[in-house]
Amino acid sequence: MKTGDPNSRSVEARASQTEVVLIGVSKKFRRGSLALQDISIRVDKHEFVSLLGPSGCGKSTLLRLVSGLTPASSGQLEVMGKSPAAARDQMSFIFQDATLLPWRTVEQNVGLGLELEHEKKETRIAKVAKMLELVGLTAVAQRYPRQLSGGMKMRVSIARALVSRPSLLLLDEPFAALDEMSRDRLNEELLRLYSEQKWTVMFVTHSVAEAVFLSTRIVILAPHPGRVAHVIPIDLPWPRTAETRLTMAYEEQVAQVSRLLRSVQTASLHSPDGQSAEEVQV
Amino acid sequence: MNRKLWFALNSVFVFGLLLSSWQIGVMIFKVPPYMLPGPDLVAKAIVSRFPTLLQSLLLTAEAAGMGLAGSIFVAVLISLIFAQWRGLRRLLYPYTILLQTVPIVAIAPLIIMWAGAGVYSVALITFIICLAPIIANTTQGLISVDENLVHLFVMHNASPLQVLFKLRLPHAMPSFFVGIRVSAGIAVIGSIVGELFAGSSRVGEGGLGYTITYASNQSETDFLFALVIAAAMLGFVFFFIGMFLEWYFLHNWHESSRSDIPE
Repeated sequence: MKTGDPNSRSVEARASQTEVVLIGVSKKFRRGSLALQDISIRVDKHEFVSLLGPSGCGKSTLLRLVSGLTPASSGQLEVMGKSPAAARDQMSFIFQDATLLPWRTVEQNVGLGLELEHEKKETRIAKVAKMLELVGLTAVAQRYPRQLSGGMKMRVSIARALVSRPSLLLLDEPFAALDEMSRDRLNEELLRLYSEQKWTVMFVTHSVAEAVFLSTRIVILAPHPGRVAHVIPIDLPWPRTAETRLTMAYEEQVAQVSRLLRSVQTASLHSPDGQSAEEVQV
Repeated sequence: MNRKLWFALNSVFVFGLLLSSWQIGVMIFKVPPYMLPGPDLVAKAIVSRFPTLLQSLLLTAEAAGMGLAGSIFVAVLISLIFAQWRGLRRLLYPYTILLQTVPIVAIAPLIIMWAGAGVYSVALITFIICLAPIIANTTQGLISVDENLVHLFVMHNASPLQVLFKLRLPHAMPSFFVGIRVSAGIAVIGSIVGELFAGSSRVGEGGLGYTITYASNQSETDFLFALVIAAAMLGFVFFFIGMFLEWYFLHNWHESSRSDIPE
């Protein structure tokens, strides 16, 4: 179960092409601390890979490397055969906060990306309307973000990311600030959209339950410096619904992943520098 | 009972109480009118000197308006430059603070010496004191954009101009209006102070500051009171215009101006 091993890919993904490749990628912060060390991960098309790990393991940093928002210090990193920055028009990033523009209505927020990419107004409006309907936001299209609940805002954020039809979706703890009910619902919704649109997903979270429910594969990172500790394929049957959470298989997977995560955490407690790499980031 | 009507009645009552206790106080204690005229005398002065009063008011309004408008324009330009170039901002920002701390009473005579007496030097004085609050607030608004929002724009390959017009400028609007509100309040004060030194462009006519000096020299206390009331009203009008613009542009989306003006 080590990284880079092509056998660890899930069965349905093996036939298709690779979407993201990291080979020996490291990331040093400006002050010299090592955030990520020798990371090798390969994500195939249509895979749903969750990055899980204690704080300081650099999972968010890893996502930022893939998005091209931060450059890697060394190693090889390709997204769809291109550099991350060059592949940007085919990916969407969803942040922990909904990051909506408060002066724009829901509709205008969802259309932001298309607008920045100079999409024609008529096509833009049509695409936005279709997307709003898909995520059930048509009724609030003319509202402003301050009039929406946290869950609704996140839904708008998801719609905004999906409207440009990305091939790769990067999510950085998108539901961390939500209550459990909204989080579960949005997880189910995300999977429904995933099964319809079949993007490739890299999903950062610190919730084991969420990772198991969503993923085809979980990558557990160990901290100080961030490195790949375990890669666990999740073989729960599809489609996954709220019912899935009630099955034994799900419970067992959650237990297994929790155990592995805990072992990584205890190991890191005994490491000489107990300081979080994320805290030192400039 | 209607709440708003109740409030209006109360306001009228308080105002009436204030005026009548002033009138009664003046009558009982036999205060000489040159020390404190009663509201009746002030009202009479307003009516009898109305043309002069209005002319002074308009002159001051003109100078304050010109100064404030120029100030808004220049301050926004400076803020844009400050937001774009961090090095320049750090280098020059202390001077904008200096602009605010320098006592306007002290530099007003200098400006009049340089620019000559008249409405333009008064506007210039107003311009100077209005500059700093708008620069400080607008710059703050432009640079305090959430990092992830910038990242969002980067992910869509947004151009620097798109980041400026679709992200930074709208984000700075609430702080910009805080600056406007502060400056609108001091614009009228600035003009009046300027006019104390340079009020008259033609003999016998000048803004409120000039006329206040005149009334004071002539011991026309009732007229002086009328002028003070006019000055306060003008300041209020400026402030209210600022508030209204803020409400107009922001009430849809921004928390601060949602219920400032009752529907």
